[in-house]
Amino acid sequence: MLAPRAEADAEHYLRLEGIHKSFGAFRALEKIDLSIRRGEFVCFLGPSGCGKTTLLRIIAGLETQTSGRIVQAGREISVLPPAERDYGIVFQSYALFPNLTITANVAYGLVNRRVPKAQITTRVNDLLALVGLPGSGAKYPAQMSGGQQQRVALARALATSPGLLLLDEPLSALDAIVRVHLRNEIRSLQRQLGVTTIMVTHDQEEALSVADRIVVMNHGVIEQVGTPMQVYREPATPFVADFVGKVNKLSAVAEGGRWFRCGDMRLQCPPGAGADFRPGSPVSLYLRPEDRTVDGLRDGDPGQCTGTVQHVEFLGGNCLARMAVDAIPGQPVHLQFSLNQMDEFGIREGGRLRFALRTDRLRVFAAA
Amino acid sequence: MSAMPISPPLRLRIHWSERVSHGALLAILLLLAVGLIAPLLAILSQALSGTGANSGLTNFSSYLASPALLQSLWNSIWVSVLVTAIVVPLAFTFAYALTRSCMPLKGLFRTITLLPLLAPSLLSAISLIYWFGNQGVARDFWRVFGFDGIYGASGIVLAECFSVFPHVLMVLVTALTLADARLYEAADALGTSTRRKFFTITLPGAKYGLISAALVSLTLVMTDFGIPKVVGGNFNVLATDVFKLVIGQQDFQRGAVVALLLLTPAVLTFVVDYFVQRKQTAMLSARAVALVPRPARGFDLAMTLFCMLVCALMLAMFGMAVFASFAKLWPYNLAPSLDHYVAGLVDAELGDAMLNSLKLAAGTATIGPVIVFVGAYLLEKTRGLDWARPLIRLMAMLPMAVPGLVLGLGYIFFFNAPMNPLNFLYQTGALLVLCTIVHFYTTGHLTMLTALKAIDAEFESVSGSLKVPFYTTFWRVTLPICLPTLLDVSRYFFINAMTTISAVVFLYSPDTKLASVAILNLDEAGDTGPAAAMAVLIAGTSMGVTLLYIALGKFVERRTQRWRNPSR
Repeated sequence: MLAPRAEADAEHYLRLEGIHKSFGAFRALEKIDLSIRRGEFVCFLGPSGCGKTTLLRIIAGLETQTSGRIVQAGREISVLPPAERDYGIVFQSYALFPNLTITANVAYGLVNRRVPKAQITTRVNDLLALVGLPGSGAKYPAQMSGGQQQRVALARALATSPGLLLLDEPLSALDAIVRVHLRNEIRSLQRQLGVTTIMVTHDQEEALSVADRIVVMNHGVIEQVGTPMQVYREPATPFVADFVGKVNKLSAVAEGGRWFRCGDMRLQCPPGAGADFRPGSPVSLYLRPEDRTVDGLRDGDPGQCTGTVQHVEFLGGNCLARMAVDAIPGQPVHLQFSLNQMDEFGIREGGRLRFALRTDRLRVFAAA
Repeated sequence: MSAMPISPPLRLRIHWSERVSHGALLAILLLLAVGLIAPLLAILSQALSGTGANSGLTNFSSYLASPALLQSLWNSIWVSVLVTAIVVPLAFTFAYALTRSCMPLKGLFRTITLLPLLAPSLLSAISLIYWFGNQGVARDFWRVFGFDGIYGASGIVLAECFSVFPHVLMVLVTALTLADARLYEAADALGTSTRRKFFTITLPGAKYGLISAALVSLTLVMTDFGIPKVVGGNFNVLATDVFKLVIGQQDFQRGAVVALLLLTPAVLTFVVDYFVQRKQTAMLSARAVALVPRPARGFDLAMTLFCMLVCALMLAMFGMAVFASFAKLWPYNLAPSLDHYVAGLVDAELGDAMLNSLKLAAGTATIGPVIVFVGAYLLEKTRGLDWARPLIRLMAMLPMAVPGLVLGLGYIFFFNAPMNPLNFLYQTGALLVLCTIVHFYTTGHLTMLTALKAIDAEFESVSGSLKVPFYTTFWRVTLPICLPTLLDVSRYFFINAMTTISAVVFLYSPDTKLASVAILNLDEAGDTGPAAAMAVLIAGTSMGVTLLYIALGKFVERRTQRWRNPSR
């Protein structure tokens, strides 16, 4: 049984309290508070320049916060130099030592700890097997592909069994197929080892697919912290709704009682979908393209409307149809259909369609 | 929440291994302060010192107004401008041939143009005397052009052209190599004429290189004193004035004033060049595609002929000194003999001078690269001590702007001062080494910096996270990767230490006399033959050492650089 103290530690393995960072007059990070559980996989997601990499580098001690505290495993590390912190790091550029063999690269941190030679050899072989590169220890980095080099970098970071694994856009330099493959491997490796992991990425799909929790950042502040599902389904801010996934943004006016008028339509959003707006105040309604119903419509269902298909964008397995909705003039709505549904519902440019907006998925924000 | 209390920004605790790097950084700072800044300040204080009515600025301005000085100043300026106007177009054409044509034997042409770098700049002056001097083989040819003789402005200009050419060529070859093939392809797709492509793409692309090359040429000619000393005759320039004032008349104060005058244009060109260089790097994107020249018969032939002509002139220049040094009694008995070497050098006990030169070169070539490399590494790859970094960066760039004569003079003032505790270094070999390292610091520094910048910036971060101290990574990774560059820098130091005159001419003692300075003294004493022999000896040594370095480089590459081209 865990002692209460240890339990608290597991809940707050890494705690950031009021982290600020300014470069001269520019405020790169403002009031970052975050707590990460032991064994959790967290992604920092945001557009370039949002401060996510700066935050990771502050955790690593490669940059220093202007103010704020960092506590890792109950130990305050706010001003400790990198060498006195406990983490392994992987960079976008791999940063493998080009003049050392793969074995020497992976063993780099072990040799320094005076681990016996035989033990090092075993550990290196185990790690190379773990990252799926058994038997390539004698090669040099230049002989390997980008994906392989990044696996070696991962093995090197894990060699000393750090308590925290930091990944700084580790997949951004790789091509699309390798990227998807490797991200799944990193995820299963992380599950297997249970090492607390923070990955920085600007790729929302990557974040959604691997993270336990996502920290969405913009302009140096945290916009939302939540599971991938929360971030996608219940975006906390317009920025998150825009940045993660595709979304329709419709101008509307609040009428009170969670009712909104959008064009000639009246829509009621579910409880908790947004603040209570005073009647008459302008708002934006956010709706994902897949949040629509076509078949099995019954009279009296909310959000029913008809429209004309203006344009169809082919995306492979899915299509995106731009609809001119009769009741919402001047605000076309994009709806997503699978390729099969396109046939099923007879959707083609110029055709008419009767459908319902899923008002239970609406999110409401004050008009910007 | 109330406003944040204003508190100083946090700072990381300093790891003990970082203290090591900070200590080393401070040592570099101290070295450059003592070896560069202090001597320069000493000149300044010397120029402004004085007592009573004769003091300070009065003295300065009265001397500046003297007609003799103004004449020298004017001479220095027009000679440098003329040489630049001659050399830059020639070197540009040569560089254009090397980079943009398909002429054969490019490597050979390039090597021949590098020959003058192996010998003191005096060599071309001495050769000129044998070609066009009073007993020269082609004396009358020179007179056809309307010159009285080679001694004077015409001789200086001609000799400087030869000695400056390789420097200018190097800058222009670099500028023309940085071409983006995509621009030319786009122009071709739009049906652009060759002429228009040259004026709209090539020339603008090389603009900064051309400015840089012109500045290099101006500075080199303005501050060189070996050539004016040998073929200048009664034609005075600033550089010879300094020498005459300090060595001849022992008038240190006026010498200091002229030295400051010499420093001004050099610093100005340096500042201009610095900004030009920054624009140059900004212009070329990383995605540029290298331009590969395509064969064009007529053009390639013309370029080949041009390069052959230039190389023939170079070889004539270089060869004449070699030939004359082996001639028994110029111009009466041209039979080959070793008289100048045996009687003129060995018997005159100048063997020691050669030995001293070798010692200086060896010392500079071993200590110099270590200091330059460690300095560049600490600047580029370590953190902390932020106040010292811009200072060191500036001091590392400054030597390029300081003419050797000025540096040497500063060394006299600073190290010869009786109250200086470093006084014991004066006239020692160690001081010569220090002076030479500082004199040629900038090029080595920039070369090392380029090599270091090419290395992934995250190595130090990775090492930190693995709890490996920075010096282990320095030793195991950074140093092995940089070894070939380090050898290049070492060779650069060696050759320059062998051939330099300007700074060390003020600093040697009878015990530490140098071969390059001996040429000057021999020439002054009228022993042109032995002077030529000494110059040839230096050039030969430089060449031999260069070959050794190439062999060593091949060896090092095989031993430590296998990772660069591993067989897959």
